[in-house]
Amino acid sequence: MALLEVRDLSVVFRRKGEEPTIAVDGISFDVEPGQTVGLVGESGCGKSVTSLAIMGLLPSRGVDVSGSVSFEGTELLHLSQRRLDERRGRDLGMVFQDPLSSLNPVVPIGVQIAEVLQRHRELSRKQARSEAAELLNRVGIPDPARRLDEYPHQLSGGMRQRALIAIALACRPRLLIADEPTTALDVTIQAQILNLLTELVADTDTALIMITHDLGVVAGLCDEVNVMYGGRIVERAERHALFTAPRHPYTNGLLESIPRLDAPRGERLVPIRGSVVDNIPWADGCAFAPRCPNAIEPCWSVTPALVADDGRMLRCHNPVEVPVTAGEGVR
Amino acid sequence: MLRYTIRRVLQLALVVLVLSVLLFAWLRALPGGPVSALLGDRGTAESRAQLREALGLDDPIFVQYFAFLGRALTGDFGTSTGVSPGKPAMELFLERFPATIELSIAAIVIALIGAIPLGYLAARRRGGWFDNASVVGSMIGISIPIFFLAFLLKYLLAIKLGWLPTGGRQSAGLDATRVTGFFVLDGLLTREWDASLDALRHLLLPALALSSIPFAVIFRITRASVLDVMDEDYVRTARSKGLAKRIVRDRHILRNAMLPVVTTVGLQTGALLSGAVLTETVFSWQGVGQALAVGFERKDFPVLQVVIIAAAMAYVLVNLIVDLSYAAIDPRIRTAGKVG
Ligand SMILES: Nc1ncnc2c1ncn2[C@@H]1O[C@H](COP(=O)(O)OP(=O)(O)OP(=O)(O)O)[C@@H](O)[C@H]1O
Ligand SMILES: [Mg+2]
Repeated sequence: MALLEVRDLSVVFRRKGEEPTIAVDGISFDVEPGQTVGLVGESGCGKSVTSLAIMGLLPSRGVDVSGSVSFEGTELLHLSQRRLDERRGRDLGMVFQDPLSSLNPVVPIGVQIAEVLQRHRELSRKQARSEAAELLNRVGIPDPARRLDEYPHQLSGGMRQRALIAIALACRPRLLIADEPTTALDVTIQAQILNLLTELVADTDTALIMITHDLGVVAGLCDEVNVMYGGRIVERAERHALFTAPRHPYTNGLLESIPRLDAPRGERLVPIRGSVVDNIPWADGCAFAPRCPNAIEPCWSVTPALVADDGRMLRCHNPVEVPVTAGEGVR
Repeated sequence: MLRYTIRRVLQLALVVLVLSVLLFAWLRALPGGPVSALLGDRGTAESRAQLREALGLDDPIFVQYFAFLGRALTGDFGTSTGVSPGKPAMELFLERFPATIELSIAAIVIALIGAIPLGYLAARRRGGWFDNASVVGSMIGISIPIFFLAFLLKYLLAIKLGWLPTGGRQSAGLDATRVTGFFVLDGLLTREWDASLDALRHLLLPALALSSIPFAVIFRITRASVLDVMDEDYVRTARSKGLAKRIVRDRHILRNAMLPVVTTVGLQTGALLSGAVLTETVFSWQGVGQALAVGFERKDFPVLQVVIIAAAMAYVLVNLIVDLSYAAIDPRIRTAGKVG
């Protein structure tokens, strides 16, 4: 049994006097223990909403969540608040995109780490505090004993994200969800944080869902990658297969729009044309059709299904041909 | 923090100085004046002139002002001419000030312990019947004229139902020992429980009336602030940790939501004096608000000057305390202060 099984997860936002927004539209994927799974897609494709739905962090009103999220065999979507709170922070941890706004500005860092230890491991205040210092040390924050009493605004962006990681990993969860953990950081810091995350989850055998819009991030650390478009998964493949032989035109477009180390000098990056506002509803065909270079007649009328195709899952009527040199990609 | 406090105290001195000039000039520009107030229509030209001279009203206004300032700096604000003729204005003020403080503290305490939990609950149940009802209630609280509310409370609970006394600070027959001038506290200090209880019963209605505006304002700010804070990322982080509800509420929501509330409490405390004038009048509460009302009627310059200047000082001081406690809650301000 997989550690996490997401089945047909849909999230619909309903506001009075407005069309409902289908943010997540029936997605399914598994995460095995210790595995790192990527969730990739452009802004607005529903990555954050997916992660919040798994964690039970969506607002309680104005949102319909359906489908199933099963964690170690427990259905999370129908868990009572109390039971859910017993698992969040202990078995499931989450790192958020913006480390500054995600930390409480008026509570010392030490308390924000210690409180999760006190909650789930029933440590005394003193024990929790010394363990918090230990954690800060592990995430690479120098002089941890002093940092415990500092406030988020006194830390640099990278340090704050390290502190958030320390919080999320404090109780050695089985699953960590990282929602664009590096987007708000300087480029130089981004690599450090990614390395730290990779190291920590490997050390503790924690499964990781890595959410990002940046395929470059996924390339370095994911075992399997889910590419999302318009609230649905359009391609899922093992990392190597995805990078060397992307089949969905959207995946292909994402790859062509990032710099590659093995690209010939002077080769231009090709952005995907158009933007999400051009989407057509999935019900009328393929949402990506208006932006797709491969679009053919059925793409405008028949909704493509997610089907198995040579070891991967693909949702496309007219996929990119497998290049003959497949397997030679270097990253 | 110390330097900040010193700077604020100097600001206070400047504010009070400017205020004293404006106040002095303004009072003397009012029609009437203490002579007409004292003598009414009966005074002869001669007796008027005598009185004017005795009160020093014939000197040029700036001479009068500097004479006043010189004496005021030594604590001498002159003798009352109307509220309690012959009594030094400062003495009168000191006698009455505790009454107003007691009333104001009671009003603010009622507002705080009532409005903050209600504001939190309303925010958590946004759009529900409780939220809607309390928002309407707070609108009534803000818009109801305070003297009307005071009369209403007095009429219903004191006169009609007889549950509480109609006015004054303590029943006449009680021979209570005075220590601080705060009657409820005095009773506790001297273990005269009955005196304390009696003072509390007298205090309840005027304090309720006076608390109506701060109550409503603090409620609304708390509600709005909690609504804002609930949507913050750090509250989501707190939830992602599976923390107990109580900790999410107190440490993560309320501690942040209190920042704007603290500022409001300061401003509202300052605004209490205007409410106290009306409340004290309705409930014959012998405080400075009532002295102010009578002082205006009888053009009692010394009493008006001491009361208004003291009120301004109290206002600035309260807001200094508020700013300091703001810094105590918000570390971002504290550390900024260290650098600057
Ligand atoms: N609270 C909300 N109310 C209404 N619609 C929402 C809400 N939160 C998200 N959405 C909608 O859900 C869709 C998916 O949003 P989501 O935040 O999951 O995107 P994302 O893939 O994480 O993008 P980004 O890369 O910008 O973080 C968007 O169209 C967004 O407008
Ligand atoms: Mg997002």
